[in-house]
Amino acid sequence: MDDSAFSVRNLSVAYNGRRALEGVTLEVARGSMVGVIGPNGGGKSTLVKALLGLVPYEAGEVEILGRKPRRRVRRLVGYVPQREEVDWNFPVSVFDVVMMGRVPALGLLRQPSRRDRELVTGALETVGMADHAEARIGELSGGQQQRVFLARALAQEAEILLLDEPVSGVDALAQHEIFDLLRRLQDRGKTVLVTTHDLTCVTERFNAALLLNRRVVAYGPPDEVFTPELLNAAYGSHLRIIDVGGRTVAIEEG
Amino acid sequence: MAGYLLEPLEFGFMQRGLIAAVLVAIACGILGSFVVLKGLAFIGDGLAHASFGGVALAFVLGANVYLGAFIFAMGTALGIGAISRRGRIRFDTAIGVLFSGTFAFGILVISRVEAYTVDLFGYLFGDVLSITAGDLWTIGILGALVLLVVFAFYRQLLFVAFDPTVAAASGLPAGALNYLLLGLLGVTIVTSIQAVGIVMVVALLVTPAATAYLITRRFHHMILASCAIGSLSAVLGIYLSYYAAAASGASIILVATAIFLVTLAVTGRVRKAASIPGPSH
Repeated sequence: MDDSAFSVRNLSVAYNGRRALEGVTLEVARGSMVGVIGPNGGGKSTLVKALLGLVPYEAGEVEILGRKPRRRVRRLVGYVPQREEVDWNFPVSVFDVVMMGRVPALGLLRQPSRRDRELVTGALETVGMADHAEARIGELSGGQQQRVFLARALAQEAEILLLDEPVSGVDALAQHEIFDLLRRLQDRGKTVLVTTHDLTCVTERFNAALLLNRRVVAYGPPDEVFTPELLNAAYGSHLRIIDVGGRTVAIEEG
Repeated sequence: MAGYLLEPLEFGFMQRGLIAAVLVAIACGILGSFVVLKGLAFIGDGLAHASFGGVALAFVLGANVYLGAFIFAMGTALGIGAISRRGRIRFDTAIGVLFSGTFAFGILVISRVEAYTVDLFGYLFGDVLSITAGDLWTIGILGALVLLVVFAFYRQLLFVAFDPTVAAASGLPAGALNYLLLGLLGVTIVTSIQAVGIVMVVALLVTPAATAYLITRRFHHMILASCAIGSLSAVLGIYLSYYAAAASGASIILVATAIFLVTLAVTGRVRKAASIPGPSH
């Protein structure tokens, strides 16, 4: 099999009438862990949505695991959306949510088999939420909700995990837990791509950093990407690097 | 007591009315659960009103009123989608424009043929006790259709309702499933108009489901509770209308509203007593 998880060539995407991505070319190796950093409105979420096939391309192409992104191939990509995109008041249990990961494979009228249930239980154990299977999703903390959504992606048998700002609005301890969990999943051979503002975290635990502001400003090992010159090139004059409890975080001013 | 319960059942119109109202309450309980959680109440009300144009036209032309109602409701649903998709007109504005237009068309048609107005009032305000054996068959078949389709697509519909973006990303045809839901909503509304009336269909969709939402924790429990509460409202409402000689549609809706208000008060008190904290972040 091909050893690239994503192969993006010259991708341009217009979103809400505005060019959100322009000429993006990118190879994400299988089994790598990539942090996507860039200013708000710089196309981080659009890139994730484009990789998932949720927004139409103006130009360029995307291959997933060396194949065209057709419906069946997309099942190999698990997605954890931003928290705001989900209705947390919905009456569903943690188990129900993770079982949703099996729905694309189930087809019509087939009830979940023993194997489907085992995949769901296994995914809940992997993310450390097996004890909460019966809880209503809205009763969980933000970090727990993110782990449940990650479990859904695992139950889907995704090889690639895309997480859009998984730690926004989540406390520091839960952030560490989520990133540790992602590292363990990477050790199991998953490819992980995360959008975030936390530079320290990317430097400490990720193989690669992608600095994105409509175009690819830099892409490579975090040490080489997070230089003052490149960060300034991505954020312009709005960048402010701050220290929060010993962690370096990139925020925008204005 | 038993006499009071059994006496009305001696009449064929009461038997048909009760069966029809329970069938309708079950279809509405299922679709209403989606309507409440997805915030579709306004579009449901819009489709019901829009169907009146089809009812009036079919009535005058001597065609099947259910078919006429369904064609108008679905035409309006597609029209709403087409107008709002370009983004120049908001979704709820498009609903407001189209449903009042089609409703006005229905009023115009019946105002030209005064002789029929009394019968058509039954469609507007509901007259479940005038349902014929033929109507009952139509309601039964349409209700069974809704039940079967929701059962077949249950997991897909639940996934798309809860988390449309991830559902689409994982390869589900989210757009087609949304149209399916809208189509089912149209069928349910058409099935219900004779029982509770176009003006009040939305209440039978929303009120039992909203009550069920207050007392359940999982979606399939919400659907079951919603069907049960709707059926109870239908039966109590019909008995109420029989003994009080009151309009059947309005009686059913008022019973459902009373059940909702009591549940709201009781669950609010229970929650306060237990001082359950809100969802943490």
